[in-house]
Amino acid sequence: MSDTTDTGPVLAADGTPLKKSLSRALRMQKVRALMLIAPLLIFVLVTFIAPIVDMLFRSVENQIVSETLPRTTAALEEWDPDTGELPSDEVFEAAYYDIFIAAERKLHTRLGTRLNYEQTGVSSLFRKSGRGLDDIGEVYQDQFEDLNENWDEARPWAELMSDPDWIAAREAWDEDGAAPMPTYRLQSGISDVLPRTAEAYRIFAEFTQREDEDSPLEEEPWSMVHTALFQDLTEQDVSGYTGPQAAMLQGAAGAVGEFETISFRDGFVEIDEDWLDPEVWQTIQTYSPNYTTGYFLNAVDMQKTPDGPALRDEDERIYGLLFQRTMFMSLVITFSCILLAYPVAYLLSTLPMRKANLLMILVLLPFWTSLLVRTSAWKVMLQQQGVINDVLVWLGLVADESRLVMINNQFGTIVAMTHILLPFMILPMYSVMSTIPPSYVRAAKSLGASNWTAFWRVYFPQSVPGIGAGSILVFILAIGYYITPEIVGGTTGTFISNRIAYHISSSLNWGLAAALGTLLLVVVLGLYWAYDRIVGIDNVKLGG
Amino acid sequence: MADTLRNDAFVAFERVQKSYDGETLVVKDLNLDMPKGEFLTMLGPSGSGKTTCLMMLAGFETATHGEIKLDGVSINNIPPHKRGIGMVFQNYALFPHMTVAENLSFPLEVRGLGKSEREGKIKRALDMVQMGEFGGRRPAQLSGGQQQRIALARALVFEPELVLMDEPLGALDKQLREHMQFEITRLAHELGITTVYVTHDQTEALTMSDRVAVFNDGRIQQLAPPDQLYESPDNSFVAQFIGENNTLLGTVKEVKGGYALVELDDGEVIDCKPVNVSKPGERTLVSIRPERVEIDKSRLHPDAHLLKAEVLEFIYMGDIFRTRLRVAGNEDFVIKTRNAPDQKRLRPGETIEIGWLPDDCRALDAP
Ligand SMILES: Nc1ncnc2c1ncn2[C@@H]1O[C@H](COP(=O)(O)OP(=O)(O)O)[C@@H](O)[C@H]1O
Ligand SMILES: [Mg+2]
Repeated sequence: MSDTTDTGPVLAADGTPLKKSLSRALRMQKVRALMLIAPLLIFVLVTFIAPIVDMLFRSVENQIVSETLPRTTAALEEWDPDTGELPSDEVFEAAYYDIFIAAERKLHTRLGTRLNYEQTGVSSLFRKSGRGLDDIGEVYQDQFEDLNENWDEARPWAELMSDPDWIAAREAWDEDGAAPMPTYRLQSGISDVLPRTAEAYRIFAEFTQREDEDSPLEEEPWSMVHTALFQDLTEQDVSGYTGPQAAMLQGAAGAVGEFETISFRDGFVEIDEDWLDPEVWQTIQTYSPNYTTGYFLNAVDMQKTPDGPALRDEDERIYGLLFQRTMFMSLVITFSCILLAYPVAYLLSTLPMRKANLLMILVLLPFWTSLLVRTSAWKVMLQQQGVINDVLVWLGLVADESRLVMINNQFGTIVAMTHILLPFMILPMYSVMSTIPPSYVRAAKSLGASNWTAFWRVYFPQSVPGIGAGSILVFILAIGYYITPEIVGGTTGTFISNRIAYHISSSLNWGLAAALGTLLLVVVLGLYWAYDRIVGIDNVKLGG
Repeated sequence: MADTLRNDAFVAFERVQKSYDGETLVVKDLNLDMPKGEFLTMLGPSGSGKTTCLMMLAGFETATHGEIKLDGVSINNIPPHKRGIGMVFQNYALFPHMTVAENLSFPLEVRGLGKSEREGKIKRALDMVQMGEFGGRRPAQLSGGQQQRIALARALVFEPELVLMDEPLGALDKQLREHMQFEITRLAHELGITTVYVTHDQTEALTMSDRVAVFNDGRIQQLAPPDQLYESPDNSFVAQFIGENNTLLGTVKEVKGGYALVELDDGEVIDCKPVNVSKPGERTLVSIRPERVEIDKSRLHPDAHLLKAEVLEFIYMGDIFRTRLRVAGNEDFVIKTRNAPDQKRLRPGETIEIGWLPDDCRALDAP
C-alpha cells in the first residue's frame, strides 16, 4: 500500500483513519444487535431489576415518620432520652399539631402501625390520640364562641385570614366550569400578626379545598386553629391590626387573659397515660431519620437501643432461627435430590436413545402437573389418615393409635420439595453425563480398575459439574420456595419466604419483608460467590 | 482361511460370533491364532467388525458364541479389569481431570504399587515416549500427537503382555502419523509385547505389521504377512482393498499346467494364475497390479498373450509415470512405469500393446 507509512495512522480507502472507520462499521452492528435484544432488556429492567431495586430501597426507607410528624421530629432533636425525663412542652405542642393534621389526613394510623413494629402498643396510642386531640382544641373553641358567635362561623374566619382577592376569586369560581380552582392565599401580613394561626388556617384551608373539595368560605375551621389563635393572642400584640374583622380579633385579644387553659402535656395524658412513657418518645426519635437500619436489625433479631443495636430477648428471636432452618432444609433437600437424581441421570445417559426419551418423559411428567396438585397429593399421601399410614397400619408395622406424623412438619416439607425439585437436578446432571464418553470408564477398566474404582475415580469426577449445576439450581430454588412449605410445612416446616409473604400480605410490614428478602438475596449471592471460589463457576455445566 | 489351531497360541479366537441385536451377525465365525510377540493388524472397511473383535478381546463385549483364549485359558468369563490387557483408544480416553503423571499412575495405583515404585515406572514410561517433561500437564494442554504418546505410555506402564490399539493414529496428520507408526512398532518389538492393532488405513497395516487380518463383512478375508497380502491376494476383495489394482472380467476357458486361460468379455484371451477358479466356464475377476504391467515386449515370454491398449492419459509423478489406458473396454486400467532415462513416455491417443507374466495376473472369484 503506497498511502500507508510506518509512522502515520493506517487510512481506509476513503481517507478516514482505519480505526475510526472500523469502529463506525462496528457501531452499526452493535446498535442493530442492541435493538434485537431491546424488548427483552426493557422487560427485564422493568419486571426484574426495578422490583429488586425497589425492594432494596424499601428495606431502608423510613420517610413516613418525618413526613407525618415533621415538627415533632425537629423538636425531638434537642431531647436527650438518657436523662430519663419527658420531652419539653414544645415537643408536646409540636406533636399536637402534627398528630392533629395527620388525623385529619387519616395518616396517623399508618404511622402508628409503622411504629408499632418497633414498640408494641404505639398503634393503639396513635389511634386513640387521633380522636382525642380534638378535646384540647375544643376547650378554646368553646371559649372563643362564648365570646363571639362569629368565632364559630366559617365566613368571618375566612375574611380574617384570607387574601380578599382570593375570596372574590373563589366566590366567582364555577365548580363545573373549565377554569382551575383558585389556589388558596393568606392575607398579606397576617402571618406576622398571627404566625401560628396563619399556618394552621392555611393547612386547614388547603386541605379543605384539595382533599374535601369544599370551600373554606363555608367550612368552620378545625379546633386546632382555635388553639393556635389562643397561643398567638397570649404572645402577640394585635392592637395594630386593621384588616378585615379587626374588631372581632381585638375583642378576643382582650379576653384571652381570662381563658381557661390546658397544657398540651395534660391534654395528651388525658388521652392516654402512655404518653408519659419516655420510651414512646424515644421510639419516635430513633426512627425519625429518613433512612433506617431498623428493618435490617429486626430481620436479624436485633433492635435499636440507646446504646446502639443489640440482640433481642431470647424469646423474641425468630428470624435467625428461620434463616438457619431454611438453609438447613434447603441443604437436606439438595442432598436428597442429588442422591435420588444421580442414578436416574446415569441410567438416562446410558440407555439407548428411544428408551432414554421415554424415561425422560416420565422425569418431565411432574412439570406438566400443577404444583398445587402435586403438593396436595403429598398431603393425601402423608397425612395421619393418609395412604402411607394406612398401609403401615395394615401391614402391622405401626399401631393404629400411633400413626406417624409425616405432614405439617419438616419431614413433609422435605419430602414434597425433594419430589418437586428433582427434575431440576436430573436435567443438568443428565446433560453433563451424556457428554462423558463411555471410553473413559472402559479405559479405566482396561487399566485394571474395578467397576467401583472406575466409577469413583474416573466417571464421578467428570459428572461433578452436573452435580454442581443441579445443586445450585435446586438450592437456590429451595431457599426461596413458598407454596409447598406453606401447604405441607405446618409451623416447624416453613421457610423464611413464608414469613416474608406473611409480612407482605398480612402484617403489611413491607419494610421488614424487603429487609428479609434482601438478606435472602445476599445469602444466595454469598453462597454463589463461595461456590465460585471453591468449585469454580466454569465447572458448572447446564449442557454440552 | 481358518488357521490350523496351534497350542502355543498366545491369543486365540475360536469360532467366535457376535450379534448385537439378535438378527444380524456382526462377527461371523472368527478363528485367529497369535503367537506371543506378534504385531497383528486388523484391517478392513468401517463397519466390518474390527472394533467389535477388539472389544470382545478386551472384555467390553461378550462373544455370542465361541471362545476367546489368552495364554491357553478361556477368558470369556473374566471381567475386563482382570484381563491385564493394555489398551489405546481411538480418542485416547486420557482422563481429563488428572495430570499426565496421574493418568499413568492410575493403573499402578489400582494394582497397589508403592509410591516410589510408581514414580520410577511412570518416569520410565514417559521417557520411553519422549514425554518426560510433561508429567505435570493436563491432557487438554497437550497436542494430539503428545496425547497419543501419553495414551501409549499409559497402556504400557503396567507392563501388559498384550496391547490393543483401536485406530490410535486416526486423528493425527500424515507426517505425525508416519512418525508414530514407526515409534509404535519400535516400542512393540523392543518390549516384546503382543499387539493387536486396528486400522482402516492399508499403508499403516502394511508398514507396521507382522501379519495383517483383512476384515470384511464380519469375516477374516485373508490373514497373511504384508508382502503376501499385496502380491498374492486370496480373493477379489483383498485384491481391491489392498493397494492399487486393475481388474478385468472374464470367463475361464481352460485350466492347465498351473495356469488358466481366461477369455475377457471382449473376446481377447490372457494367461492367468488360477487362485480361486478351478474349471472352465467359471466367471472370474482377473487382477493385476499397475506396476507389474509390461509395455516392453522384449521383457515378456515370446508366447505371452498381448492386449491392445489405447493411452488415455499420462501423468508425470516424479518418481513414476502413471498412465491410464483403455484395455478390453475398461477405461480405468492404470499402469505405473519407473522414471528411468530410457523409459518411454506415452502420449494420449497412442495405441500400444501390453502384457504381463502369468504369475502376476491372478484369476479370482467374480464378485
Ligand atoms: N454397541 C453396538 N450396538 C449395536 N450395534 C453395534 C454396536 N457397536 C457396533 N455395532 C455395529 O456392528 C458393526 C461393526 O461395528 P464395528 O465393530 O465398530 O466396526 P469397525 O470397527 O470395523 O468399523 C457395525 O455395523 C455397527 O453398526
Ligand atoms: Mg472401529
